[in-house]
Amino acid sequence: MSDLLKLSGVHTHIGRYHILQGIDLTVPEGQVTMLLGRNGAGKTTTLRTIIGLWQASKGEITLAGQRIESLATPDIARLGVGYVPESMAVFSDLTVKENLVLAARDAPLDDKQLDWIFGFFPALRRFWLSRAGSLSGGQKQMLSIARAIVEPRKLLLIDEPTKGLAPAIVMALIECLKEIKRKGATILMVEQNFFAARELGDNVLVMDNGTIVHRGEMAALAADVPLQERLLGLSLEAHQ
Amino acid sequence: MTDLAATDPLPKPKRDLAPILLPLALALLMIPLIGSTSSWLTLTVASLAMGMMIFIMASGLTLVFGLMDVLNFGHGAFIAVGAYVATLVLAPFAASIQADSLWMNLAVLGPAALLSMAVSGALGLVVERVLILPVYGQHLKQILMTTGGLIVAEQTLYALWGPQIIPMPLPASLRGSFIIGDVAIAKYRVLAMLIGLSVFIAIQLVLNRTKLGLLIRAGVENREMVEALGYRIRRLFLGVFMTGSALAGLGGVMWALYREQVHASMSDDLTVLIFIVVIIGGLGSIGGCFIGAILVAMVANYGGFLVPKLALVSNILLMVAILMWRPRGLYAVTSR
Amino acid sequence: MMILSGDPPRSRVLTLVLVVIILALAATPFLFPGAKALNVAAKICIFAALVASYDLLLGYTGSVSFAHTMFYGIGSYAIAIALYGMGPNWAAVATGIVAGLPLAALLALAIGLFSLRVAAIFFAMITLAVASAFQVLASQLSWLTGGEDGRSFQLPELLRPGTVLISKNLFGFEINGRILTFYLVFAISALMILALLRVVNSPFGRVLQAIRENRFRAEALGFRTVFHLTYANCLAALVAASAGILNALWLRYAGPDTSLSFSIMLDILLMVVIGGMGTIYGAIIGATIFILAQNYLQSLMGVASKAADEAGLPLLPGLLHPDRWLLWLGLLFIASVYFFPTGVVGRLRHGGGKKTAGPGH
Repeated sequence: MSDLLKLSGVHTHIGRYHILQGIDLTVPEGQVTMLLGRNGAGKTTTLRTIIGLWQASKGEITLAGQRIESLATPDIARLGVGYVPESMAVFSDLTVKENLVLAARDAPLDDKQLDWIFGFFPALRRFWLSRAGSLSGGQKQMLSIARAIVEPRKLLLIDEPTKGLAPAIVMALIECLKEIKRKGATILMVEQNFFAARELGDNVLVMDNGTIVHRGEMAALAADVPLQERLLGLSLEAHQ
Repeated sequence: MTDLAATDPLPKPKRDLAPILLPLALALLMIPLIGSTSSWLTLTVASLAMGMMIFIMASGLTLVFGLMDVLNFGHGAFIAVGAYVATLVLAPFAASIQADSLWMNLAVLGPAALLSMAVSGALGLVVERVLILPVYGQHLKQILMTTGGLIVAEQTLYALWGPQIIPMPLPASLRGSFIIGDVAIAKYRVLAMLIGLSVFIAIQLVLNRTKLGLLIRAGVENREMVEALGYRIRRLFLGVFMTGSALAGLGGVMWALYREQVHASMSDDLTVLIFIVVIIGGLGSIGGCFIGAILVAMVANYGGFLVPKLALVSNILLMVAILMWRPRGLYAVTSR
Repeated sequence: MMILSGDPPRSRVLTLVLVVIILALAATPFLFPGAKALNVAAKICIFAALVASYDLLLGYTGSVSFAHTMFYGIGSYAIAIALYGMGPNWAAVATGIVAGLPLAALLALAIGLFSLRVAAIFFAMITLAVASAFQVLASQLSWLTGGEDGRSFQLPELLRPGTVLISKNLFGFEINGRILTFYLVFAISALMILALLRVVNSPFGRVLQAIRENRFRAEALGFRTVFHLTYANCLAALVAASAGILNALWLRYAGPDTSLSFSIMLDILLMVVIGGMGTIYGAIIGATIFILAQNYLQSLMGVASKAADEAGLPLLPGLLHPDRWLLWLGLLFIASVYFFPTGVVGRLRHGGGKKTAGPGH
């Protein structure tokens, strides 16, 4: 299996702060890789550096064999990277339809793709012509994910999709993401919710202080409770 | 598959109407205060005409800020440049302007306005590349650079045209008023209203009906996400900046004709007025800018009629009142 | 070092330049004869203090205010109206001070509190709008302010040029009321600059810089940024009004052109940028360079313009005309923001080979 995305020795500075301090990671094609770690470990910064919203100050980022670390965000997106930010960032002044029209960058909206999306996000059909700002939190998250998959993308970067959602909605969202995964998507996903991570992830990366401190298979981590406690117990503590 | 929305309340699209009702309420409130219906009507038309001109000048500034977080303190320069450039066409064709034929007048006025827009728009290109691009993302320097740009533009106009006020008479067919009963409505004000309304409708159509417009609206709200979707927002911004500059030039021509004179210092007074409009409307909001411009013009006209002394500070009072009510302006569209 | 609040110029060249400027200013009545030199020296003193107070806002809090001349004007007009109305006596001077300073502080407080309630980005625009309204107000209330003509007035006996305090001694110098006024201006300006130096190096000044760097973080650290910014605004306004008082006393006049016009605001901006933002010392350097250039270069422009005119060159006579002084100023301004953002002081501190830490470290 080939690696779709590869980061080696990536450093990112934000102002005076040295956030990423040498990240090495790979995201295998067709699999879901979970990025875990406590708050402030640099997970969101990693995703933002990949999509080019922060500029890496050192290191290499390779997408499908092409170096992308010095490209501008729009050019990276055009190579087939979909991004679902932590804040969801739906355009609240635009309707659901208009949000998706913009997301379909290369062609008019494709009905088949839409039907597939409506299949697991029926609310989007129901509120097709409503302002995105009037949607509930869960619906905004669906719209944000739908935007990333309305056209086929090579790689999806998803930042904490379950954050702040009610448990029932989290369950449903996990089912949707599994459906997207079944379609063969490659996903790098930040998650704090270990349950969601275990359900979805093939591989797992754990970050701390701007570096990767553990990499392996999700199943192995899920089975090894002491390891979980060592790697993630910290994060639970930090959460209080 | 669970329907995620099953338990969610049905969201209803809600439009925020209070700001729209504000100028209407203000106009109605003035009827008993002013007393005479004909004066009220004249003042209201004057307010609308003035408001439209201010809107044309301010619309570009609000979009430029909303889209790219750029504070352009030199926007007023485009207004003055537009007005001066128009004199280049209007002066040699003074005879056609004074001829009492609407078509002959418009045949000169139209090209003059187009030339003004072209020059202001081209100047916008230069200003964006030279003054704004190097200090992109740094508010403090943007303010300083564009303030410097305003001074240079004004002084260059003085150097080229001299410091004196240049008269800019209204074309013959636009002088005078339509008399309906005992109400006199200046012809030029009607034209100004028509142009302003057309610009407003055109902007709204572009913003709401085209993909380009969707991109602009989306960019105003969240620039990063538009880029993450794969759109190069810098080019979009340059286009908006140039369009805004061209509109400011058009506004400058209209304002100069309204005042029947051109002077480089017109940009100073109008800059303050435009800032107030943009702040009242909410940075980045075209609708807010439209309502804000009408409110500012109403306060100036009604206020000037009722309490002339107050007219000096009426705009500030209006701004304070609106911001007390809504600290981010009538419509807060940016996520910042 | 006590007097400099532990914030010395930190560059040998800068120290030398400052010492030369201060000594030259102090000795102007004896070194450079004539009214023009004394006027220039007094103006440098007044503007150094005015610009230093603006630096407190621009350099240390990062907020651009266009209302600084308004406070300067309030000081000028307060003293002018008092002396004009009450006659040339010390009670009038006291009245002007007692009325002007609190008015400036209150207005700054009002603008500060109001601006802080709304989006921070509005601050520059709001101050511009308020300042322009104030300007119109001052020219319209002519029964009070004298309108466009302004107010001329007489100084108390002691400060008049005709009052000879020490008659010509063996060195050939006469100490009169005018020279006493100059030293009054010099001393008070110097005191205000030293006070500002103290303020920016106090814990309060450090908080201001923290707010400038990252307002949210400063708030998260528990600083009440609203309080700090408003307080800085009021302090800056007080110093500006005091500088305005000195200006009116020196000119024996207050009018829209000398104390309120927008071009003074531009002058201040230019001086602070040329001198170096966030350094206080930059104010002295900026004011000196700018005012010397204004007084001596502007006449050179006239010569150049005439020469170009006689040579029959197109456009150049218009561009070089002394009235187009602002054009070159604007270009200089853009160039300094772009190429020279740390100003003279920043250049001398960091460009001189020996690397020194910037403020706040």
